[in-house]
Amino acid sequence: MSKVLEIRWHGRGGQGAKTASLLLADAAFNTGKYIQGFPEYGPERMGAPITAYNRISDTPITVHSNIYEPDYVVVVDETLIGSVDVTAGLKEDGGIVINTSKSPAEVAPKLKGYAGKICTIDAKEISEACLGKNFPNTPMLAAIVKVANVMDPGEFIKDMEDSFAHKFASKPQVIEGNMNALKRSMEEVKGL
Amino acid sequence: MAKRDRLSGNEAVAVAMRQINPDVVAAFPITPSTEVPQYFASFVSDGQVDTEFVPVESEHSAMSACIGAQAAGGRTMTATSANGLALMWEMLYIAASSRLPITLAAVNRALSGPINIHNDHSDTMGARDSGWIQIYGESNQEAYDNFIQAVRIGEHPDVMLPVMDCFDGFITSHAVENIELMDDADVKAFVGEYDPEYYLNNASHPVAVGPLDLPPHYFEHKRQQAQAMMNAKKVILEVADEFYKLTGRKYGLFEEYKMDDAEIAMVVLNSTAGTAKYVVDELRANGVKAGLIKVRVFRPFPVDEICEALKNVKAVAVMDKADSFNAAGGPLFTEVTSALYKNAGTVNVINYIYGLGGRDVKTDELKSVYTKLEEIAKTGKVDSVYNYLGVRE
Repeated sequence: MSKVLEIRWHGRGGQGAKTASLLLADAAFNTGKYIQGFPEYGPERMGAPITAYNRISDTPITVHSNIYEPDYVVVVDETLIGSVDVTAGLKEDGGIVINTSKSPAEVAPKLKGYAGKICTIDAKEISEACLGKNFPNTPMLAAIVKVANVMDPGEFIKDMEDSFAHKFASKPQVIEGNMNALKRSMEEVKGL
Repeated sequence: MAKRDRLSGNEAVAVAMRQINPDVVAAFPITPSTEVPQYFASFVSDGQVDTEFVPVESEHSAMSACIGAQAAGGRTMTATSANGLALMWEMLYIAASSRLPITLAAVNRALSGPINIHNDHSDTMGARDSGWIQIYGESNQEAYDNFIQAVRIGEHPDVMLPVMDCFDGFITSHAVENIELMDDADVKAFVGEYDPEYYLNNASHPVAVGPLDLPPHYFEHKRQQAQAMMNAKKVILEVADEFYKLTGRKYGLFEEYKMDDAEIAMVVLNSTAGTAKYVVDELRANGVKAGLIKVRVFRPFPVDEICEALKNVKAVAVMDKADSFNAAGGPLFTEVTSALYKNAGTVNVINYIYGLGGRDVKTDELKSVYTKLEEIAKTGKVDSVYNYLGVRE
């Protein structure tokens, strides 16, 4: 069986976790991988917990179930910890990336004894500094690429630049902020 | 040159629609198929197609508009799901009996109630006797490929029947995956022009479509309709062969996965087939002779071919993502066991109803089905035919 990288995203409706999972799928696709990016649709409303998933592989992926034993978990909103079992099934040779101003040691006690890698990134602060608003998904995307070693960081940055140039063709003024958010996040993620 | 891309199932079908550039698309939005007409509407407004897009006020009207346009001589398409398909019901039969090869992207979703927007096959299974050809697909790639082939199949002079391209709501419609897209020019050449023998906008040969058909002729028309469905099987294979030569992607009436020496097998539709293939690979790695049949063409049903494909298998599980409430088994089970009648007594068959209303289908659960089949193959005993998988009870 070939190795498939499986990632689960936890966020709240409106924070862009689904979009981030699709951007990650895009970036991996552009490096020649087979990808899946899909959300688990619940009662869709702003603020409700949502889950999204990624599978990334060198060979075609046929499994179409949700992911129950992810290699990595991304928590876009730290207030979900406690009400959502974010480490459920998470592999101990993988890791979790949490959007928080706290250090990995400070959040560890809330993770039910999870023994794998715990990483934190202050995505809110980075987003507010670079974009003027709290859009945590862009920095979280960069953090998971770094933590899970999804692809070469330089290649990722280059790919995202092209992707944003296309996505924000009508508002190029936001491209620089988004790129800065990605770069800062890759440098500032703690617990590697 | 084919293009490597990554798209959701809905996007892929909308792209196929753009490449086909039909005369008329009439649609009404319903989750999870909404994106198909939504993407297509943007192709219309961007001038990428010259289709007449008719944003109707209901699905009944969508199918009615398709019927009118197709009867006039146009190539016509739509998309819907669940209750939208249910609201089309009356008109589905009229499209089929009027021999109008409309193409419908049927994005499978549970038919209410209770109200649910997620995937199962209760919508299209309910329409299985409406006279439409039904083709099911595992992935965005198959949804796209089947949609393009559907046009050729339905419009063939020996067939002239409408076709549903069925694929799983959300699981396929909303998941972004890799896909190989055909060149626009290749799709255009493959589907060709719609050139019906009879149509309303033909002043030199006036016809009536849909008039009262009383006892002297109605039965003959239904007999011809049944013949068209019988003819469709050959045409589906011919179109698949031509498609294979063009794209290298092979399609049949069903896909046999590791069936050559299989002793136990699962028969399944759509995206779950992919998940089950992963389970088959795992079992094979452990020396278990497991196989899988993914039914692609449900209408017409490949009766003889399924019977042949399962003749050496000791135990079979037929998986239904819809219940038929006959207190005996789901619709696919009923078809498969009927097909096996010729080999009655030699193959043990059980049924599982699974995944209703979007209940996720896990690899472990599918593995438990194969474990049950191993037990049946070994003992030759079936303790329960009609079963449920992944339900709390």
